[in-house]
Amino acid sequence: MNLSELVNSLEGVFGSRIHTKTEFRGETSYTIAANDLREIARFCRDELSFDYLIDVTSIDNFGEVPRFEIVYHLYSMPHAVHLRLKLKVPEEVGAMDTVSDIWPTTNWHEREIYDMMGIKFNGHPDLRRILMWDGYPFFPLRKDFPLEGLPSEMPDVAFTKVTPLEGGPFVTVPSNATSKDREPRARSPEL
Amino acid sequence: MPEERATAYDSKIEGNVIFTRFDAALNWVRKNSLWPMPMGLACCAIELMAAAASRFDIARFGAEVMRFSPRQCDVMIVAGTVTYKMALAVKRIYEQMPEPKWVIAMGACASTGGMYRSYAVLQGIDQLLPVDVYVSGCPPRPEALLAGLMKLQEKISREQSFRNQKPELAEKLEEALA
Repeated sequence: MNLSELVNSLEGVFGSRIHTKTEFRGETSYTIAANDLREIARFCRDELSFDYLIDVTSIDNFGEVPRFEIVYHLYSMPHAVHLRLKLKVPEEVGAMDTVSDIWPTTNWHEREIYDMMGIKFNGHPDLRRILMWDGYPFFPLRKDFPLEGLPSEMPDVAFTKVTPLEGGPFVTVPSNATSKDREPRARSPEL
Repeated sequence: MPEERATAYDSKIEGNVIFTRFDAALNWVRKNSLWPMPMGLACCAIELMAAAASRFDIARFGAEVMRFSPRQCDVMIVAGTVTYKMALAVKRIYEQMPEPKWVIAMGACASTGGMYRSYAVLQGIDQLLPVDVYVSGCPPRPEALLAGLMKLQEKISREQSFRNQKPELAEKLEEALA
């Protein structure tokens, strides 16, 4: 089966519950409701042979409502096609269902999203932080978290200070200027 | 005997006897048999391995016995980026090392946080451990690490080992001699 046959089969079953469909360079993305994820995910794995979950990523659309977005990147080994499932998570909910029982690889991906973005996963078998230490109070990949960090306690070890940035962060600005101006070593605040 | 000399030996009168200070003998023993704890955390660890391999051969300085148990180590070589999460483990391993112990901060990251100006990275291992020698570089070449090791050996040879280890006994001895 090729992608269009798989996509038709998915739309035949869940057509009314798919919010938007995007096609770009031969790959298809669906926006769905968070409540439908488990059902659609199980269908994708069992009926459409999307047996490989490549990655789960999260986006912080800071200032928008709903704030968070989660993207599931699926791949079918037998048919060699990609599929993307996107869904929105409002900040006040801040939680959604796990799919770690459907694709076990999601276990660590969901832990990473919880650690970096602070979105909880209901039914996850072991939802601990994976990169920061246990007891860290912040979620560093949120847009309102400063790169230099915030002061926090490390129990029994030390006190973590704010990192000295010396004029940074040195983030490239999109423009037609020369690379020297686009990537300065230090930037005045008004730029 | 001049103060700066560690040993004095006169073959005509002494035969097989060497006079030395107790500290000098102890330091000489210690500095030529520094067993490293390879705390390899990033690319500096590759250079640390190169320093231990045949071309650079850290064995020439008596430090070839890399122990992966902190209980058998003398010097911790912190080679690489220390994240806050790893800092918990680094500190714990340091505390498990028996006295006397020393620390070499190898490379920019271990010394200052290096290029990682970020919420996740400890800005220098000296915020947690007493560092004896800093080695610059990103990563430092093996020669630089060996130079750092020789600096540490010089530092050890100047230590008052006996007084540091047995302060009460040293005081009693001084009272008795005075």
